[in-house]
Order: sequence, then structure tokens, then C-alpha cells
Amino acid sequence: MSLVAYFDAASSEPLHPQAREALLAAIDVGWADPARLYNQARRAHLLLEQARTEVAEALGARPDEVSFTSSGTQAVHLGVLGTLHGRRRAGRHLVTSAVEHSSVLHAAGVHERDGGTVEAVGVDLTGRVDLDRFAEAVSRPGTALACLQTANHEVGTAQPVAEAAAACRAHGVPLLVDAAQTAGRMPVPPGWSVLAASAHKWGGPAGVGVLAVRKGTRFRSFLPEDERERRRVPGFENVPGIVAAAAALRAMAAEAAQEQARLSELVGRIRERVPKLVPDVEVIGDPVERAPHIVTFSCLYVDGEALLTELDKAGFAVSSGSSCTASTLRPSHVLEAMGVLTHGNVRVSLPRGTSAAEVDRFLAVLPDLVRRIRQDAGVA
Amino acid sequence: MTEVTQPALTIDALGKKCPIPIIMLAEQINYVPLNAVVAVLADDPAAFTDVPAWCRLKSHRHVGSYERPEGGWAIHVRRNY
Repeated sequence: MSLVAYFDAASSEPLHPQAREALLAAIDVGWADPARLYNQARRAHLLLEQARTEVAEALGARPDEVSFTSSGTQAVHLGVLGTLHGRRRAGRHLVTSAVEHSSVLHAAGVHERDGGTVEAVGVDLTGRVDLDRFAEAVSRPGTALACLQTANHEVGTAQPVAEAAAACRAHGVPLLVDAAQTAGRMPVPPGWSVLAASAHKWGGPAGVGVLAVRKGTRFRSFLPEDERERRRVPGFENVPGIVAAAAALRAMAAEAAQEQARLSELVGRIRERVPKLVPDVEVIGDPVERAPHIVTFSCLYVDGEALLTELDKAGFAVSSGSSCTASTLRPSHVLEAMGVLTHGNVRVSLPRGTSAAEVDRFLAVLPDLVRRIRQDAGVA
Repeated sequence: MTEVTQPALTIDALGKKCPIPIIMLAEQINYVPLNAVVAVLADDPAAFTDVPAWCRLKSHRHVGSYERPEGGWAIHVRRNY
């Protein structure tokens, strides 16, 4: 057992060994400009297109629908604003859930400042979007785009993407699906028009995102013209990174059925045990309909930053949505929208290979850390 | 519903960061009689979400949250038990 248990896969999954191998090989052979017409360029081009085919297959897309970006955030920014731009004539209304990743909400903010309108549909106590209200929102005339994540990045709750997609289809509205938390772990739900994902969350390297645009979806980049990536993403492709990302996705998806089920059981163990071991704890998010690797709980009367620091000292890398752990001094918009406790918040997200022993060690040290922090704060 | 109950106790948690306002509330709610209302004055945005969430977890009643002209909120909680 390693000294530090890394439980923050939702921030970044450690590089998959097969991605590392592919990255090192591709650095040597995939450095040339894939758009040129000589031997080295053709080699880079071949690697890039092979990776595109593999990624497309794993995500349920056609290769020509897939573009590579420099991050998941960039994929979302380009996807949201490019689709809104392409559908300008249809209208300027954007619908999202209230618990989307900040990249969606910030892109929505740009759209709003540009004169567009935005509706963020609320969620229930588990963080699941109100499907009726979502369907009603997309039925509003002038709706250009709707956005929904596959699963929430902070609490793991799965969103009803297939149902939302059906509602969107009925009103001729494209749906952007942010699959950052589940790509490589769960099949991508059907019905998306635009898909965004991030390689470093499935064990690929940082610096690679995926933007897939379904054939027939109106899309127009809002950025200065560039020939790369079917005019959707400007700039020279990171071919070695993309090759490694494809290798990681292939490896992750191949073992997903077994490994993610195993991680899901460990998450289930945490969900079940934490409230029994620690008094005054709320485990949040949906217990069943969720991403396999994420569990979040909040401890009453506990300063989230103090708990993260203590867990770090005890050898656990976790994250938190509490305001004291954020640069903004505001609690996470996800926890706020759910109406759950925002302080004392801990998100545990398990990378592949997490052992049951590591989880048990976490469950063994947590109660005393919480008790001591409460004691120091004067809570009996 | 227009039941406006005067708070039996006002807790000044202005300038205090969560979880301190909640800790103060948990401690002092026992100072008021059953069904009386405690007002928590707080300006940490986390308290706006956390006081109602605490009420749900602890089976007390969140009566309402009222914005204060001076900033922050007066968050009213009814003692249920």
C-alpha cells in the first residue's frame, strides 16, 4: 500500500500506464505538422487520425465528428459558444442545469453579456436536474442550445441525459453533453448533439480535450479562422498527447465494466459506513444513479479546510466544495443549488486500482480526525 | 403564510465564517423555549445555504431568510424539540 492514497480522480485520474507508453513513443515519431506533405508529417497525420478513430469509437461518434481541443474546459467553451453562434438565427436562449461545471456556466456568462439569455434549471436534493422544468425550458421558442452533464463532478449524481435529449429532440434543440466525469468509465448516453470530455480525467495526459459535433448540428467557431480540426479548434494539434489520450481511453473503457463496478462497490462502502462511524454527517448525491467513483459527504460543525489538511497529513488526497477551500470565498454552486450543507465537505473520488485496504484505512482514520476538529471548535 | 414571530433570541454571527454560525446556532437554540424563533444574523454566503440545511438535518424549522439592508441575512429558525 502506498503511503498516500490518492482519492481525487474527479480532479485528475493518474496517467494510465498504457498512456505513458504511448506518449513516450509518440513524442519521438509524432512531432511533425500533420497538415504537411512529407514523410514525418504523414506519420504524425496517421497517428492523429488513428487516435481520432479510436476516441470516436469509444465515445459513440464518427471520426469526422471528433475534434481535439487543449482541455475539457476549452471543449465546453468552444462547444457552447460555437453552437450558439451557429444557431444564432434560431434564437439566443440557452438552457443549462444549475449544477453544470463552471466552464459551462462561464460560457453562459459570456453569452449573457453578449445579449443572450440563460436559464439554469434547478436540481433536487440529490443534485438531479428537474426534468419537467428542463423540458419546459427547452420548449421555449428561441432556444438555441441546452447543456447537461452526464454526472455531476462534485457529488457524482447521474443526470437524466437520455430523457433530456428526447425533450430537446422534440423541440429541435441541440443538446451539449458534458461527459467529463464519465467518459471512459460509463457508456456515453445517447442523444447528444455536441459532446465534451477531458482526457486527463480518464487517465490520459493533461492538455487534451474532446469536442464532438454530431453531423447536421449547426456549429460555427466564434474564434478567428483556422484550418485545424475541421475549423472547430484553432491551433496545432498536440499529437503525442492525443495518441496517449486515445490509448488511455481504450484501456480504461476495456476494463471499465469490471473496474468501475469494483470502484462503485468501494464508493458504496464509504456511503454506507461514514454515517455509522461519524455522527452528524450527511452523505450527499444519489446513492444509486451516480458516477461509479465519486462520493461526497459533509460533516456538521467542521471546517472543510481543516479536515482536508488533516486528511492530507494522514496520507489522503481528497477535495472539497466548502467555501473555505475555494479561492472565491463562496461555497460550491453545486452544493448551494442542492440546498445541502456546504461546510465540512469532502469529495472522495477513486482512481482505477484503488484498493479496499486504502478505503478501509480512510474509514479508520476519518472518525477521529472529525472528532478532534469538532473538539477544537468547542463542539461537544 | 404571514406568521411573523418576533425572535426570542438573536445570534450575531456577522463576520463569522461557516461553520461558526452553525455551531453558535446549535449551541444557543436550547436557550429558547419550544416553538420560539431564533434569528441568526450572518453574512457568510455559506450560512445562507447551511442554516436551512442544518434545520433539515436536525428537524428544526427554517422559517425564512430575510435580507438585511446593512448586508447579510437574518435567518429565522423555529425550535421544534
